[in-house]
Amino acid sequence: MSPAGERPGPARWRRRLRDLQGAALPAALVLGGILLALNLISFGFGEAPVSTLRRAFEGTWGTPYGVGQVLFKATPLLFTGLSFSIALRAGLFNIGAEGQVTMASLAGAVVAAELPARTPWLVAVPASIACAVATGAAVALVPAVLRARLGAHEIISGIMMNRIADVLAPWLLASVFSRAAMRTADAIPAARLPRLERLVPALHGSAVSVAFLLAVALAFAAHRALSRSRAGREARFVGQGAEVARAEGIDVPRRRLEAMLAAGAVAGAAMTATTLGYKGYYEVGLGAGAGYAGIPVALLGRGTPLGLVLAAVLFGTLNQAGLAINARVPKEAMDVLEALAIVLVASATARGGRSGEAPP
Amino acid sequence: MSASALVMFAETLRIAAPYACAAIGGIWAERSGIVQIGLEGVLLAAAFTSVAVAHATGSAATGLAAAIAAGAALSLGHALLVERARVDPVVSGIAMNLLAYAGTRLLLRGLYDSASSSPSIEGFRAGPTGKSGAALLARVLLDPVSIAAALAIAATPLWIARTRFGLRVRAAGENPAAAAAAGVPVTRVRCAALALSGAICAIGGAHLAYDQRRFDSGMSNGRGFIALAAVVVSGLRAGRAALACLLFGALEALQIALQSAARGASRAGDLVQLLPYVATLVALGLAARRAAR
Repeated sequence: MSPAGERPGPARWRRRLRDLQGAALPAALVLGGILLALNLISFGFGEAPVSTLRRAFEGTWGTPYGVGQVLFKATPLLFTGLSFSIALRAGLFNIGAEGQVTMASLAGAVVAAELPARTPWLVAVPASIACAVATGAAVALVPAVLRARLGAHEIISGIMMNRIADVLAPWLLASVFSRAAMRTADAIPAARLPRLERLVPALHGSAVSVAFLLAVALAFAAHRALSRSRAGREARFVGQGAEVARAEGIDVPRRRLEAMLAAGAVAGAAMTATTLGYKGYYEVGLGAGAGYAGIPVALLGRGTPLGLVLAAVLFGTLNQAGLAINARVPKEAMDVLEALAIVLVASATARGGRSGEAPP
Repeated sequence: MSASALVMFAETLRIAAPYACAAIGGIWAERSGIVQIGLEGVLLAAAFTSVAVAHATGSAATGLAAAIAAGAALSLGHALLVERARVDPVVSGIAMNLLAYAGTRLLLRGLYDSASSSPSIEGFRAGPTGKSGAALLARVLLDPVSIAAALAIAATPLWIARTRFGLRVRAAGENPAAAAAAGVPVTRVRCAALALSGAICAIGGAHLAYDQRRFDSGMSNGRGFIALAAVVVSGLRAGRAALACLLFGALEALQIALQSAARGASRAGDLVQLLPYVATLVALGLAARRAAR
């Protein structure tokens, strides 16, 4: 872990270099494993691996549009990966990101649609995001309290919250907001996030929005908060050993509660990518799967902001490549690769332990 | 007993069986000292294997055997990752679940060119036909998969408490260092316990699939996690876990009955679906509070 008062200087750069070297082995293993498995799967479906690979590349990094789509797919993963990573630093598993994203998207979309049409964007966007973030934290509150105050398994309660969100979101849409089409009304234009193609014309047509920049900024800000603030340092201390932290006089339940709520809030912000930046409304199923997909991102990212961004982009590439090859090899192949990636990353970084910190 | 009470009872047993198998599997894993949140994946993989093999061979018994083998293999893989590769058990379990979910979907596309379900299969045909409560109950009780599940569930407490293997599993789980010092091959015992865990859990997966007479994508539908909750609530005791699953089955049977009664009447009826999950949350909280005291 990085001491708070560290000065910028050669020692710090050496440490960063060492971190990078430590990350190189898992990354190489993951890439190698993914390529091998993709070859095997495309053989199984009677396709030449090389042509599958070429299609996958052309659909992702081969064109500016593909790059934009990769970043678009990576955005929610970066939010949920960061969410899982924050909880992991405090020694907790936020499996509930899925439900947090669902409920936050719904809440944020309703606010974005219900605001008066002439609200300036400076009000509309923060209002919608704030509501989403608060909802994400509220959904995380149940597992957080159960874990921090009673010691109940946060994984099981997180999954239960996911199931509850699955039932509740359509029910709320149908009965409270009385939308027959299983989607919210369109957001007012001022609440929508601009697409990046307005800044970088080459990305024309792709759905990547300002939300990507927001996610990157959030990843760096969260890292800073975890290493510089007292609450963040104590939360990480709890993650490394709750007993020792308690003996040191740290309020363990409080730090756990805070970490889970922060994780829920960050997961809630994932709706900026799907709801505000892409569709402009929430519909049942929008953003589904992002919660679970954030787990490998967090594991591969190993608690550093740059690592998280790179991991999110890697898995975003896999997602987009899955769409590109779907005509020949089912896109489900990419989910199998993701499971494989989790195993490979975890076994390559097994020394890191539960705290999610890079090994020394 | 009135006819509808008989129907409810039969429904409860039918619904509870996969939960109970998964919970018993979870108990073997937890007793040996390995956290297994991959029960969901084992259920799903076993359900798929049973249907795929039964469809290919035309024999439901072969399908069941293959499902048991697949469940044991997947669970053993988890044990090896945790014990040999030192992967965090939660992370490995998450990967198992994802692998089973995505893998079965991939195979559905590959084998049957369908995104959602397999062709239907014959399954076991046992017991009388007919729609009466007694016939329903007889079908549930005479179903070979149910019988296999009941045997595994009934044998587990004795197996854990009275046999040499059970003792070794408990020793490996409670104090691995002391067990190793006493000459128990901890890693091997854990791997065996996890293979057994997967095999028993797989009976539940086959039950799920044979009950529907086909495989649907994602058909385990969170049962593995609810079973895990039953394991936690039971304090790792097989009898209590099975009882919790029965209660849960009764709750779900009630929910289905209520929902079909409320259909069309009001949208509020849909909220009954929340009942099992909220009940699980409450049970978890209560169990944790009791344990903390």
